[in-house]
Parts: sequence; C-alpha cells; structure tokens
Amino acid sequence: MSETPLIAALLAAATVRGAAPLVLAALGGLFAERSGIVDIGIEGKMLASAFAAAATAAVTGSAWAGLAAGLAASVALALAHGFACITHHGNQVVSGMALNITMSGLTAVLGNAWFQQGGQTPLLGTGGRFAPIQLPGTAALAGVPGLGLLYGEVVSGHNLLVYAAAAAVPVVAWIVYRTRFGLRLRAVGESPGAVDTAGISVPRTRYRALLVSGVLCGLSGAYLSIAHNAAFIRDMSAGKGYLALAALIFGQWRPGPTLGACLLFAFADAVQTRLQGTPLPGVGVVPVQLIQALPHVLTVALLAGVVGRAVAPRAIGVPYVKDR
Amino acid sequence: MSQGPSRRAALGWARAVVLPTINLALALALAAVVILLVGENPLRALRLLAAGAFGNAEAIGYTLYYATTFVFTGLAVAVAFHGGLFNIGAEGQAYIAGLGVALLCLRAGAWPTVLVVPAAILVAAAFGAGWAFVPAWLQARRGSHIVITTIMFNFIASAVMTHLLVNVLIKPGQQSPETREFDSSTWLLQVHEVFHAVGLEIGHSPFNVSSLLALAACALVWVYLWRTRWGYELRALGHNETAAVYGGIVPARIVIVAMSISGALAGLVSLNEVMGVHHRLLLNFPGGAGYVGIAVALIGRNHPVGIVLASVLFGGLYQGGTELSFDMPKLTRDMVVVIQGLIILVCGAFEHALRRPLEALLRPAASPGQA
Repeated sequence: MSETPLIAALLAAATVRGAAPLVLAALGGLFAERSGIVDIGIEGKMLASAFAAAATAAVTGSAWAGLAAGLAASVALALAHGFACITHHGNQVVSGMALNITMSGLTAVLGNAWFQQGGQTPLLGTGGRFAPIQLPGTAALAGVPGLGLLYGEVVSGHNLLVYAAAAAVPVVAWIVYRTRFGLRLRAVGESPGAVDTAGISVPRTRYRALLVSGVLCGLSGAYLSIAHNAAFIRDMSAGKGYLALAALIFGQWRPGPTLGACLLFAFADAVQTRLQGTPLPGVGVVPVQLIQALPHVLTVALLAGVVGRAVAPRAIGVPYVKDR
Repeated sequence: MSQGPSRRAALGWARAVVLPTINLALALALAAVVILLVGENPLRALRLLAAGAFGNAEAIGYTLYYATTFVFTGLAVAVAFHGGLFNIGAEGQAYIAGLGVALLCLRAGAWPTVLVVPAAILVAAAFGAGWAFVPAWLQARRGSHIVITTIMFNFIASAVMTHLLVNVLIKPGQQSPETREFDSSTWLLQVHEVFHAVGLEIGHSPFNVSSLLALAACALVWVYLWRTRWGYELRALGHNETAAVYGGIVPARIVIVAMSISGALAGLVSLNEVMGVHHRLLLNFPGGAGYVGIAVALIGRNHPVGIVLASVLFGGLYQGGTELSFDMPKLTRDMVVVIQGLIILVCGAFEHALRRPLEALLRPAASPGQA
C-alpha cells in the first residue's frame, strides 16, 4: 500500500503533461470559436507546428528557433483559414478539414524527402528541445512526506511549455472577460451585425482572433515534437486537436471549464496507459486496443450531453456578409 | 433576372464544367509547389503519374478499381452534404462494414455465389448504416456535433477492428493481423475474368464487378435525391433549415435517414475491397478512402455523374501515385493525400472565391441588357 501515493503522484504528473497540449490548443480554439469561426483545423495547425518546430530544431540545434518556426507555420495556416472563411465566406468546417488532410500528407512528404527517415525527423539533442525544469526548493521539500512527492513529481520537473499552458488559462480568461479586445471578440461571435453597427470591423476582429489561435495551437504542436518528445513522428497529433475541440465544447467555450475538460481527457489517457495489461476486477485484462479508445469514447459520451447541452456562440459557423 | 434559358444554361455549364476544371488546375499548381520544395520536376511527375494511371489496360484496370471505392465514399459524403451534414466518418463506416462482410464470408463457404452477393450487400449496408446511425442520432436528438462524433467514431472503429483482428479473428498460427482467406465461392468476379470468358484477354487487375454496383448506387442516389420526397426534404433542409421546418419537415428524422443511407453507401466499399480483391479482412483496408470521398464529393459537385468522373480522377491519382513513387522515391503516396487536401481547400473552402469572379465574367456577355 505504500506505493499508492507514488502511483497517484505519477498519474497526476502524467495528467499534467498530457493536458498541456490540449489546454494550449483548446484555448487557441476558444479565441477562434468565440469570434464565430469554427476551428476544426486545430489538428492541422498542431501537426504543421510540430513538424516545422522539430525540423528547424534538428537543423539549427536550437529549441527557440524550432518554436519560432512552429508558431510561424501554425499562424500561416490560421491566416489561410481566415482568408477562406472570413474574406471569401467559405465553409469553415470544410476549410479546417482541408487543412488537416493537407498537413497530414505534407508533413509526411516533406519529412520523408528532407530527412529520409520514413517521415520522422532526426532525434533532437539537449539544445534542440525544452528540457524539464526543476523548480527551486525541490530538493529541500523532497524529505517532507506527501508535500515533497506532490511538489517534486507533479508541480516541478515539467518543461517550459507546460508552465506556459498553466499560465495561459488565467491570462486568456483575463483577456476574454476583462479587456476591450475580449469584449469585441465575444460580441463578434454572438452578434456580428451589432459590432459592425458600432463601427468595429468584423473581419479585423476575427482575423486577430485567428492569429491568437494560430499562436496557441503552434505552442501546442511544438510541445509535442520539441518538448514532450524529441522528434517529429508521422501524424503525431493523433487526434489531439479534435479532443481539444471537444474539450472546448464540453467546457462551454469558457477557459476554466475547458481546463477541467482537458484535465479529464488527459487523466483518461494517463489511466489508459497505466491500465494496459493490468487486470480489472470482474472484467479481467481488457485488450490494449480497446483501452486506447477510452478518450474517444469519453468524448462521444460527454458531447452526447451527459452533463448538459452545450450552447455555442450564436454566430458560429456563419460567414458575416455586410448588408448593402 | 432577365436571363433567357440559354444564358442560364451557359452559367450552369460554367459552374458544372469550367469551375471544377479551374479548381483542379489550381490545386495541381499548388501541388507543383510542394513537388518543387521536395526537389523534383513537377511536369515530369505529372507525366509519370498520367502514364502510371492510364498508360495501359492493366493500369486503367487498377485506376477503375480504386475509382469504384471512391464512388461509394463520394456518394456517401455527397448524400450527407445535401442535407448540410458533413460526414467525416465514411472511413469508419466502411471499416465496420468490412467486419460484417468478413463475418458473413467466413461462414458462407458452402453457399452459392448468387446467394452470398445479395446477402453481403445487405450486411455491408446494414453495418455501415449502423455505424453512421449513432452519430446521426446523437446529432439529431442530443445536439452533439456530427463532425466531431464521426471523427471519434473513426478512431473507435479503428481501435475495435485492431482488437478484433489482432486478438479474435486472426488466422491461428499467423503473425500478420488478418483473417483466413475466404472460400472462393464468396469472391467477386474480376473484369478480366469476364473478358476471358468471352474470349478477350486484357491485363490482370483487381477491377471487379462491384463497379456495376457502384453505378447502380449512383442511379439510386440520383433517384433518392431528386425524385423522392425524402430527397426533396433532405435538400430543403440543406438549403435552409428554417424554411424547411416552416414547410413541415422534421429535421431529426431526415438527418437520421440521410446519415444511415450515407453510412450504407460507405459500407459498400467492403464489397470492392474485401470480397472483390483481398478475399480476407485486412488491417485498415479502407486506407483513407473515406477522406478521399470528401474531395470526390466536392469536386463532383455532389452529383452522381460528377462523382463518377471525380472518382476516376482520384483512382488515377492513387494508381499513378503508386507508380510515381517507384520512379521518384521522394514523392511517397502521401503526395496524393496532399493533393486531396488541396482539392478540398480549393473546391470547398474557396468555392465562392472563384465562382463569383467567373460568374461576373460571364454575366455581361450573357445579359448585355442589364445595368
């Protein structure tokens, strides 16, 4: 029984690490969707950023250069999405899926052509990735029962982007609810006509929202390839973009509850990893392949409104056409 | 609008023929940029691709075999599109239908072929429809977003099928996760066998008689969409939900029916792949065909005739892309996925961007009297 606190701490730490990319991506999606633009292209932006970051970091040996490249790739896709959906009133879901499919192929083609490792990028050295950070006081607290374990395993020892994700939640909440941009953002997603009447440009506000979404999804993608792992692997986003979007919907498009949903998904994934091969009471050993589907089944169950119907921003998915 | 019928017809032709051609050219131009980035010659790649896809009877057979699969998924996506629904789950629906067909074929060894085929059609359609029914029901009754649910159902289908193939259905004493080969009475006739029977020899390819089923499906979908009340209600819903509801249409029922039909069409993929070619259930046999269906439906403008043409185009891309990757190893078959994504982007997301200037270009010529 003395192992239980350690297992709990490891599970919590795995949850934190798994939630970080979901939180960053979901908060990115929050800006886009609150402005009235469906952001199903999160997956593609993450994948593009993960690839650009790992490829650049592999060539330059610098994690920061990799991060910059990842952000640039993600922002470029966000602007392409905006060009299709805002400027040309295109179908937002179709545009997002087009980006996802294109990126799934493009990262594989370019990775294979440039690095000749079957679509993978070279393994990064120490300078090429964001290493775990030991927060001050870890050693001092190590001896304290309970607290030492909590601080050492769960709070300390993550990479920079995990702390960025944690900091992003209150910052995003403040921007969305307490700043002028946030007010305009929410208004443009609920009633773009009213915003337009007030003399504020709907397209400009939406483009700015997509820009922020691009940056946050870029951080999320870079986390996958140059922080959590040390290389890009084919299709490494593996549906995380869709899970982030589901977390956003389940979190009712609000930062706090979205964080909760991301933690829930990450927890399901951490449990899933730990359960593999462990017999469950009354069921026996559940096959690995079925356990791996747990986060996806959870998503369907949650979206089916087990906890209540989600109310989307009213103007979401509707292109804004100025009346003449 | 004071346009005469012939002028309107000119606009219609522009929309149906000129616009897809321009879209396709634009997508290929973007793909050429990618080929340049990789360090290959786009024109040479295009030549190799075309030769690989249509160069000889065998190549054409392979192209048409791929095209058959894409007709099914393209129709599946198109039916949903007409109701304003985006069915991204054709991949999973085809996969699960493959399970149904395989279970049938594994047991139907002693049955005559004339009995197996209709049974397989029913089973494939039922399994595909069943896998689409759940997301449809959740959308109609619980308000879950169908795009996300169908994506999740693709992941779940993949997990379930991997489990079944690795742990349950695998042929004993074998490493690769696949079932045993079905008895030959359940195999679909190959087209080259048909030609052989009447004394003609053509190149061997997996092109089989399920292509006739694909054409029949096209005709049935056309009847459903434009000649039945259900089809009318679906299109009304897709055009304007408020007006449709005002007209007495119940969206929930229409959504569930249309998605089930869509899933059934996707399920028929397994006749071509499982019964027509592999004669066993393979891991991940749809191989992305569900996503190709999105591109096919968009470039085929959601019309059966357009879908057949777009399917042959994509069949050519798949077959030619395979040949291309032998000559240019840097251009793996993922290049086809890139082109597919670019086509969805140009034809789907930027549809208005090109349509409006084109119509503006044609309109002054078509109606000189207008101010």
